[in-house]
Amino acid sequence: MAILVANKVTKRFGGLVAVREVDLEVKDNGIQSIIGPNGAGKTTFFNCITGFYNPEEGDIFLEGRPITGLSTDRVTKRGISRTYQNIRLFKNMTVVENILVGMHPHLRSGIIGGILRNRKTRDEEAAALEESLQLLRFMGLGGSGDLFAKNLPYGAQRRLEIARSLASKPKLLLLDEPTAGMNPSETQETMLLIRRLRDELGITILLIEHQMRVVMGISELITVLDYGAKIAEGLPAEIQRNATVIEAYLGRGSAEAIAPSSKPIQPTETAPTA
Amino acid sequence: MTTETSSIWKKAFSNGLIAGALCLLVILVGLVEAFGDTDVISGMVTLGDIILLIPVIMLTYTSLRGSIEFPKLTMLGISSVIGLISGVIITLLILLGQVVDLRPMFVNASPTLFNMLMRGVPLPLGALVPPLTCILAALLTLGIYLIPSRLRSAVIQGALWVVVLGTLRDQVLIIDILKISPIAFVLKRIVFATSGLRPFGALLVFVIATGLVYYLGGRKKGPAVIKSPKVVKRNRIILIAILAVIVLSLPYVLGIFYSEILNTTGLFIMMGLGLNIVVGFAGLLDLGYVAFYAIGAYTVGVLTSSGLGLFHLTFWQALPIALLVAWLAGIILGLPVLRMRGDYLAIVTLGFGEIVRLLVLSDWLKSFLGGTQGIQSIPPPILGPIKLDTLQNLYYLILIGIGIVAFIAWRLKDSHLGRSWMAVREDEDVAQAMGINLVLTKLLAFSTGALFAGLAGTLGAAKLTSVYPHSMTFIVSINVLVLIIIGGMGSIPGVFVGALVLVGLPGLLSEFQEYRFWFYGLALVGMMLFRPEGLWPEARRKLELHEAEEIIEPPINDATSAVQ
Repeated sequence: MAILVANKVTKRFGGLVAVREVDLEVKDNGIQSIIGPNGAGKTTFFNCITGFYNPEEGDIFLEGRPITGLSTDRVTKRGISRTYQNIRLFKNMTVVENILVGMHPHLRSGIIGGILRNRKTRDEEAAALEESLQLLRFMGLGGSGDLFAKNLPYGAQRRLEIARSLASKPKLLLLDEPTAGMNPSETQETMLLIRRLRDELGITILLIEHQMRVVMGISELITVLDYGAKIAEGLPAEIQRNATVIEAYLGRGSAEAIAPSSKPIQPTETAPTA
Repeated sequence: MTTETSSIWKKAFSNGLIAGALCLLVILVGLVEAFGDTDVISGMVTLGDIILLIPVIMLTYTSLRGSIEFPKLTMLGISSVIGLISGVIITLLILLGQVVDLRPMFVNASPTLFNMLMRGVPLPLGALVPPLTCILAALLTLGIYLIPSRLRSAVIQGALWVVVLGTLRDQVLIIDILKISPIAFVLKRIVFATSGLRPFGALLVFVIATGLVYYLGGRKKGPAVIKSPKVVKRNRIILIAILAVIVLSLPYVLGIFYSEILNTTGLFIMMGLGLNIVVGFAGLLDLGYVAFYAIGAYTVGVLTSSGLGLFHLTFWQALPIALLVAWLAGIILGLPVLRMRGDYLAIVTLGFGEIVRLLVLSDWLKSFLGGTQGIQSIPPPILGPIKLDTLQNLYYLILIGIGIVAFIAWRLKDSHLGRSWMAVREDEDVAQAMGINLVLTKLLAFSTGALFAGLAGTLGAAKLTSVYPHSMTFIVSINVLVLIIIGGMGSIPGVFVGALVLVGLPGLLSEFQEYRFWFYGLALVGMMLFRPEGLWPEARRKLELHEAEEIIEPPINDATSAVQ
């Protein structure tokens, strides 16, 4: 059963085709990855899913219902949440407030309730606060709730961003390079965390990632994009031996040079791109 | 060592030049002359003198602060150099003025001004006066700098009190409560002259103020006594009660002159609170905010004015209609405009403000809105048997308005909606990705702001019993924006502070009115350099700590252990 289905999604910027007829199925309760060299259209594809961009062609379905062309806020309310490649927290708000904003889709009180601060509003706020603090503890951010988000260390900011996206209780979580800029031990922790999100909270996860150790380590299915088009899809072991993929990463001729040794390749962020 | 010494003198020299340049600026824009007749100490020091010497004092002080380890003789040298150079620059200006007529370029550079700068001494000898005064000021600064810190701050504050009281002599004496006979006698015979303070009065004020500040500054030094929450709560209640009594008695204690200033300040506070929601909370730069004030004022005018004779509603009947119209105007303008961002939004709102002003000015709508003449004879609001037509009565009406508006702003700030506004301010795209409906959220901010300005407009119309298109200019919008920036973006107490500083204070001195925008510019630049967060910055609520009081087990601080 697929929670997300993308059908021949195409996004153009003028003459440039950033995403070309990409098909994707994300299985319910799975962890899947999208990889590809820089500029392959991975983030653009994310933006199409979340409604930040409106794709020119193709359809996207969440749990069988079309979400193509819906605005970002409505897509979020349907149950998709995301993080950003370059951390985008509300820097001048506190950590708890960041989470509370993330809870927006579940809060009902409006302007009148806010002014009168009636019983219903107070109860809702108290419950939301309790839930946020729980979430912070789950993410290992307990005790730093009243700090400004901008004052958190880098790794904690990454985790806060994930925490904020969890606050909307998504069915599908899109992580855009969750381990970018992390050291090996932080990366290890993040991998464990991503598994916990799936196992304990039952959230389906789709991630963009450059660190092959992460991708190969936790993905159940990998989709490879190059120049906006899907060039391969399969299990980690298959992708590692796929000649087209190696070519896309290392350039023509590399596949023959590397494949015979049958050693898994580990291109990093600094790998030369095609 | 020698390079270090030479750099010290180089710095002193350049600071002297800067001080001199600032003195020239202050002289040539006419500040010195404008305040040359305002005595601070009768017959001795005018406000013009003090304004002239402020650059010298400030630059001497900053130079000395950088040279904390220098021997006293070096400090003496530095001060003298700065004083001498700035004084010589002023003298050069005077001499230049004798040779060339500067007035075609600098209107204020008149013989009267030069005479004033030389303190009435005729020329050959008078050329020495500015350097001597400047050196004296610099040395005085050095003297103050060398006093131990507790006494120093007391002395500085004492001197400030002398300047403030001397300048505001007339304004102090018309305070109603000070007209009671024994106080008035003391003030008029001992403290104040016919203009400014008497020399003895100045000394008295200086000694009392310095002594008080010194004494109070000493008391705080004791070990902090931890008070129980009950005591803290009781103290807070007492403080609020005292504050309430003061605020409520202000118009009768201070008199009519001050009531007028308070009322104007009050209207600006109200508008500030509204614009603070739009700009401070939601981050939507609105440069045509006065339009909503105009809409509120004009709606009341049209509906109640007997001069116009269209409708004959009472103020109270017109009030809800005016508020509704202002609110709707906010929504109608907001709907198409709020899809724009940043600069574009600012330009469009600016245009909207101008459109409203031109509409009320136009001949086309003259029969409805009065054209250039505006709308006269708006009846004052009547509350039971009381006709709210005096400034003192209106004060309470405005106070209630501020109370309501401030309460709403305060509640919204910490609400679900307030958080959404701030998220939009921080990052619009991400806010939307959090499920926030941008159009609705922005529209709520915009229309709430419009509503508050509309309320200020209705009260403004009641206060003046008339509405003029000329009071709805762009500069009012800027005025409100500046007071928010000075007070602290997004901060509610900041709005009060900003309005008191930028509207209340200049209202006290009529001479200031002419230089108001000069000071606005100065204040803005100064704030951006030294205190960009504003005088009373926005504070975020502590949510987790508050919660932690109720949690029995101490929260495990795993954040620090997990990182690195």
